Amino acid sequence: MKFLLEFAQPGGLLKKYSVKARDFVKAGEGSIQIQRLLKFIGFDAGLIRRISICAYEAEMNVVMHGGDGELRLLVDPKKIILEVADNGRGIADIELALQEGYTTALPEHREMGFGAGMGLPNIKKNADSLEIHSENGQGAHLTIGFEVQTS
Amino acid sequence: MTLIERKQLNLSDIRELLHARVFAGEDKPDITVKAGTASDLMSDMLTGETSGAVLLTGLCNVQVIRTAVIADVSAVILVRGKRPTQEMIQQAREHGLPLFSTPFTMFTSCGRLSAKGLRGVEEKTPGPVAPSDGRRCYPDME
Repeated sequence: MKFLLEFAQPGGLLKKYSVKARDFVKAGEGSIQIQRLLKFIGFDAGLIRRISICAYEAEMNVVMHGGDGELRLLVDPKKIILEVADNGRGIADIELALQEGYTTALPEHREMGFGAGMGLPNIKKNADSLEIHSENGQGAHLTIGFEVQTS
Repeated sequence: MTLIERKQLNLSDIRELLHARVFAGEDKPDITVKAGTASDLMSDMLTGETSGAVLLTGLCNVQVIRTAVIADVSAVILVRGKRPTQEMIQQAREHGLPLFSTPFTMFTSCGRLSAKGLRGVEEKTPGPVAPSDGRRCYPDME
């Protein structure tokens, strides 16, 4: 897995959260920690919600389809970037995966309530920018950007 | 169709309306609930303006609690008399999330809350779905 986010700018912060494949007991904990951190810092509630949803959908995708992976959160006064990478089976067709309702969830995922096919669409809807890189069998890499509005 | 006057309900009103049993959040002060949402699909729970809403679901696993925390809902209510697992109760308590169970079905529960004025999480009334629009259920269905 290669990451773009390695260091925070002065005044910013960079946090890393590891995600384990198929660990449904712990799945989502990284996103909740991100939500908690952003609430503590005091960002706008709407922005926190959008970032949390993106983090959660991305984290669950890693758990379900990825090998092991990592979430990286870069917090800056002007922007927030969430980078998610894993070494799983990758996304065969990104355009298709972005379509609402399309899912590659396995039966055991559906039994838990996953597989609505809204993971990537929910991320796209809530993010200000989204870049997806993946090849079949090569893992997936998402860079999700959010602007911080100053009132 | 007669429109129901929309109003916010307190969590204590909802508990009474749904004859709910409390598994977590009994120590929390009463709160005002802004809206209701109901789903058995995790990603659908994250759609719409769910902050401060009550979430009704038949799904009974710890991921529901996490999804609910992410969605910033004010309470989770399991329908059809489902009992949460110990893990769910523990997680709900840890996150300060009220967790109830109602003996009513999903449909009846939603109806009872809606009849008392609780609105859904739609930001505005959606228009009709065009014949060629709408989300596909499966990739190979046309």
